[in-house]
Amino acid sequence: MAQTILHKASTRGLADLGWLKSYQSFSFSEYYNPERIRFGALRVLNDDTVSGGKGFGDHPHDNMEIISIPLEGELEHRDSMNNSAVISPGEIQVMSAGTGIYHTEYNKNAGQPVKFLQIWLFPNKRNVAPRYDQVKLNNEDSHNRLQQILSPNPGDEGVWVHQDAWFHKGSFDKDVSTSYTFKKEGDGVYVFVLEGDVEVNGQTLNRRDGFGIWDTDKLSLKALTDAEVLLIEVPMNTNK
Amino acid sequence: MKNPEILVICKHPDILATILRLIHKKEGWTATGAASVKEAEELCTTTAVNLVLFGAGVDENEEQQLRNSLPALRPGIAFVQHYGGGSGLLYAEILQTLMDANGS
Repeated sequence: MAQTILHKASTRGLADLGWLKSYQSFSFSEYYNPERIRFGALRVLNDDTVSGGKGFGDHPHDNMEIISIPLEGELEHRDSMNNSAVISPGEIQVMSAGTGIYHTEYNKNAGQPVKFLQIWLFPNKRNVAPRYDQVKLNNEDSHNRLQQILSPNPGDEGVWVHQDAWFHKGSFDKDVSTSYTFKKEGDGVYVFVLEGDVEVNGQTLNRRDGFGIWDTDKLSLKALTDAEVLLIEVPMNTNK
Repeated sequence: MKNPEILVICKHPDILATILRLIHKKEGWTATGAASVKEAEELCTTTAVNLVLFGAGVDENEEQQLRNSLPALRPGIAFVQHYGGGSGLLYAEILQTLMDANGS
């Protein structure tokens, strides 16, 4: 019997620093909720809006797979491995922090906010060599179907991470249905609704709701309106 | 364990400094840092450490060595692996360990 957990958008943590509004699906920084620590290897899902010209100054990370998915605007990335890049909607960025990395993320444009998802996965190995990558996605591949945007496999579609995780993104017209078969036994899938309303295994979800499903190998999804979703498949039983 | 006395073991000096600074921002929390197993064991003999946080660069053997040796110096000492290298997960990791140690 499938197990599920529903995180309504309005129940997320909120960090409002003026220049940053961060809605946090799981405990992060000053937001601590012992019932919302993680979903398997998924540890952070922050829905961030950064004011024009502002951003995250130079700060370190270690031992974490950090994925950014821009939703609006442009985000400028610089790191201690001399990477310098701009990512915009339709792209995905990954950073394996490993033994340690410094980076900055700034809103490139002074006149408009940048909105992006910041997702952290526990790595399946500690102290790997730090790395950075970004990939441009073909938007047509996500229309009325689920497009793989992240996997554990270098050379596969999208970016890759040091974890047995798969991300899929889809933009669906109203009334279109699809299904998703889990890649591995023991995994769970966290469905995050980017836009619109959907029904997943009979559960109605609205914009920015999160819905975790495990102890099953398949889920069904129907768009109740035009809708956009992100599916995050992760191992549920990890040492971390 | 009400007020944690934390020993942070981390081989990345800048990340170690960041973690120590973040811990000291919390009222009642104190921390010292070590960059090696030897330094960690020495600090445990002189400081009433009750929580050890493993940071960047500490390999499995070193971690296991400390998990074996430190309880003899400080009975009841708790261990937690730190992920992320900054404020993102740090407070939740420590609070979770305190809850576990306090049986709540």
